[in-house]
Amino acid sequence: MTLAGRLLPGTAAILVALPMLAVLAAVLHGATGADPELWEHLRSFVLPGVTRSTLVLVAGVVALSLILGVSLGWLTAACDFPGRGFFAWALLLPLAMPAYVLAFVAVATLDYAGPVPSLLREWFGAGFTLPPIRSTGGVIAVLALAFYPYVYLLARGAFLTHGTRALEAGQSLGLGPWAGFFRVALPLARPWVAAGAALVAMETLADFGAVSVFNYDTFTTAIYKSWFGLFSLETALQLALVLLALVAVALAVEQLARGRARYALAGAGARPPARLRLRRRLALAATVYATLVFALAFALPALCLAVWALEVAPLDLDARYVAYVTRTLLLAGMAAVACAALAVVLGWAVRAGGGWPARIAARAATLGYAVPGTVLAVGVVGALAAADLAWVALGATEGLWLQGTVLALLLGYVARFLAVAHGPVEGGLARLKPSLAEAARSFGLGRLAVLLRVQLPLLRAGIGTALLLVFVDVMKEMPITLMTRPFGWDTLAVRVFEMTAEGEWRRAALPSLVITLAGLVPVVLLTRRIEDASRG
Amino acid sequence: MLERLSASRRWGLVVALTAVAVGAASLFALRAGAQGDALVVYSARKYQLVEELFREYGQLRGIEVKFITDDGAPLVARLRAEGRNSPADVLMTVDAGDLWRAQSAGLLQPAKSATLDANIPAHLRDPDGHWYGLSIRARTIAYAAQRVKPEDLSSYAALGEPRWKGRLCLRSGKHVYNQSLVAILIAEHGEAATERIVRSWVANLATAPFSNDTLLLEAIAAGQCDVGIVNSYYLGRLQAERPGFPVALRWADQAGSGVHVNISGAGITRFARNRAEALRFLEWLSTPAIQARFAGANFEFAANPGVEPPPVVAAWGPFRQNVINVGKAGELQPAAVRLMDRAGWK
Repeated sequence: MTLAGRLLPGTAAILVALPMLAVLAAVLHGATGADPELWEHLRSFVLPGVTRSTLVLVAGVVALSLILGVSLGWLTAACDFPGRGFFAWALLLPLAMPAYVLAFVAVATLDYAGPVPSLLREWFGAGFTLPPIRSTGGVIAVLALAFYPYVYLLARGAFLTHGTRALEAGQSLGLGPWAGFFRVALPLARPWVAAGAALVAMETLADFGAVSVFNYDTFTTAIYKSWFGLFSLETALQLALVLLALVAVALAVEQLARGRARYALAGAGARPPARLRLRRRLALAATVYATLVFALAFALPALCLAVWALEVAPLDLDARYVAYVTRTLLLAGMAAVACAALAVVLGWAVRAGGGWPARIAARAATLGYAVPGTVLAVGVVGALAAADLAWVALGATEGLWLQGTVLALLLGYVARFLAVAHGPVEGGLARLKPSLAEAARSFGLGRLAVLLRVQLPLLRAGIGTALLLVFVDVMKEMPITLMTRPFGWDTLAVRVFEMTAEGEWRRAALPSLVITLAGLVPVVLLTRRIEDASRG
Repeated sequence: MLERLSASRRWGLVVALTAVAVGAASLFALRAGAQGDALVVYSARKYQLVEELFREYGQLRGIEVKFITDDGAPLVARLRAEGRNSPADVLMTVDAGDLWRAQSAGLLQPAKSATLDANIPAHLRDPDGHWYGLSIRARTIAYAAQRVKPEDLSSYAALGEPRWKGRLCLRSGKHVYNQSLVAILIAEHGEAATERIVRSWVANLATAPFSNDTLLLEAIAAGQCDVGIVNSYYLGRLQAERPGFPVALRWADQAGSGVHVNISGAGITRFARNRAEALRFLEWLSTPAIQARFAGANFEFAANPGVEPPPVVAAWGPFRQNVINVGKAGELQPAAVRLMDRAGWK
C-alpha cells in the first residue's frame, strides 16, 4: 500500500468533517466564560425538570416510532394485504409534513376550544371531554406520527432485501411466521432499525418548533430560555454541548452493544420468495391499522391545512410563491446531493483503511443532527464570521466573503443533515460483502475505482434513501435557513415562520401545505426507485 | 460493466452540475451583496407587517431597502458575530428587551435626532437615542364578556385573588411578553411581592399555559377559562375576523401605575454603512402618517401620541399607560425569568 493510499481515506474523512468541526469550534469558542450563579439557578429550578421530561419524551417517541415503523415496514415489505401497494409509499408521506405543522394542526383542532371537542360537547353535552392534547401523551403521539417514517423507511428497506428469505430460513428451522419475524428477520434488520431509532431520538432532542406549540419543556427549550430569556448565549451553548456529549455517549453505547456483528447481503440473483399471505381477518386488521396511521399522520392534517389554505389563498397566493418553491427545491436539492456525496466519502474512508482518524471524523461529522437548529446556526454564523474577519485581515477590502451567500446555508445544512445521509449510506455499505471489494481489487482496480465502479452502483438504494431524507428535511428546516440565508432567499419554511411567529396559524397553512405538496414528489419518486433497486 | 460505468458517470454529472449551481448561486449572492446604496434592515417585525412600508420608502428615496427577518435574539447574535463586517444599518425588533440587549452589547449607536426625540415619548425610547419605540403593544386583561363583570377586574395582581381560582388562563412563561410584564412588576413592587403575585396566578390556572395569545383568547371564548392576560392586538385581529367574538378587554392597573406597554422599535447599528439613510428612515417611520400605518397594520398603538388608532382599536377606549421606561423590561428580564422558574410558571 502506498503512503498516499494510506493517508487518502483519513484525510478525506477529516475534510468531510470540517464543516461540523468548524461549527463545533465556534460553539466551543462562544461557550467560554462561566456564569456560576446562572448555572446554580438552572441546576435548582430548571434542569431536574427538563431532564426528566426530555427522557420521557425521547423514550416515548422512540418506542412509539419503533412500534409503528417496524410493524408497518414489515407488513408492507413481507406480507400481503389489501392496499399494500398503496401504503408501501403512502406511509412515507408524513415525512413531507414538518413536525411543527403537525403539532399546530393537532393543537388547533383537538384542544378544548378547537372544532373537534367543541362539536363533541355540542353532541354529548358540556361535560364531555377528550383526553387533553396539550399533555405528555399528546406531544409523544404527535412527534411519533411525524418521525416514525425514519424507522419505517430504513426497516422496510432491510426487510425488502432479506425479510422473506429470513422467514424461509426460519421455516427451515421449524419457526412459524411470528417466531421467524422476531427471531430471524428483526435481529437481521437491527442496524437499520437502530439507525432509524437514532434519527428519531436526535430529531426529538433537537426539536423546538413542535414542543413549543405544546409548551412542553425539554433540554432544548431550556437552551432557548437561557439565551432568549436569561440573555446568556454562553450558558445556552454550554447546555448544548452537554446535550451533544450525552448524544455522543448514547451513540457509542449503541455501537458497542451491536458489538462485532457483521451484516452482509446474502447472495443476490434468485428472486426473493413470495410475500406472506395474511389470513382474511389479519389482512383486514392490517389494512385498518395502516389506514388509521396514514389518516392521523397525513391525510387528516393535510385536509385540515387545505381547508385553512383555501381561506387565505385569495389574500396570500401570488407570484412570490413560485420563487419560494423554486428556492426551496433548489436549496434542498443542492444540500441533498452534497450530503449524500459526503456520506459516501465518509463511509468509504472508514472502510478503505482510514483507521481511527476516519472513524472519529465520521462520528463528529454526524453529531450536528442532535443540536437544536438555532444553536447550530450560531456556530455556523460564528465560523463564517471568523473566516470573514480572517479574510479581511489578509488584506481583502470587502468582508462577507462567505457570509450571506448560499454557501453559508449549505454549510449549515451539511453540518446538520450529514447524519441523515450517513445512516442509510452506512447501512448500504454494511451490506456489501467485503469479499466483493477484495475480488474487485484482485482484478487490479484501485480503491477509488472499486468505489465508483463496483460499490456505488450497489449502493443505489442507500444513496436514494439518503437523498430523499435530506431533501425533505432541508425543505422543512427553519432556524438555520432563517439565520444564514442571503437577502432575497426567503423559502417556504421562512414563510411559515413569519406567520406562526405572529400566531397566525391559519395563514401558515398555505406555505405549510405547499411544503408538504412539494415534498410529495421526491418521496413518491424515490420510494419507487428504492423498491425497484432492492427488487431488481 | 458498461452499465455500471454509466451509472457512475451519471453520479459524476450530478455532482458536477451541483457544484456549478452552487458556484453560480453564491457568485450571484456575492454580487447582490456588493451593491452600494441599499439600506439594510435586520427585522424581527415580520415580513407581512413591514414589506409594504419598506418598499414604499425605497421608492421614495430611489434606493433599495433590503431586509432579513428572524427572531430578535438570533438577529442580535448574528449582528454580534458579524461585527464591523455586518451589512445591517438598522435593527428592528418587536420587544424592548432585544433592543436593550443589543445596546448593552455595543451593537447600536445613538441617533441624535431632534425629530425622533420630539415624535417619540421619552419612556418609549433610550435616553441616549440608541433605539426608539415605533409602536406600542399593550398587555392587559381579557375576559369572557358574558360571564365576567368588568368592574370585578382591576389590577394584574388581583388576578391572583381566590375568586379567579380555576378561571385564569396564561400564555407560556417562556414568552418574552410575559417576561417583560413580570420585569415591570419587579420594578414596581420588588421581587418578593412580585413572586407572591406570580405564584397566586399559577395557583389560579384553569389549564396549562398556552403557546400563544390567540389560543388563549379562543379558550376564553370557548369557556375553558374566564380571564387571561394578552396583548391587545391579538384580540383586534380576532374581532376584525369574527365580529361578535365574545371576549372583551379591561385596561389593567388604571388606579395604579397604568397598563404595561412594550414596543416594537428600532435603532441604528454601530457599524452602519449607510448611517444617514438609516437615520432618515427612522425619522420617516416616526411621522404621523406612517405611524398610523405601521401600528395600524397589526392593531397596535402608534408610538407617536398624536396618531389616532383605527376604529376596532379605538373601541376599547382610552387608557393610561405605565410610563416607566420600557428599557427597564430588558434590564430586569433575566431576574423575571428566574422568578418565574421559581414560581413554576411553565
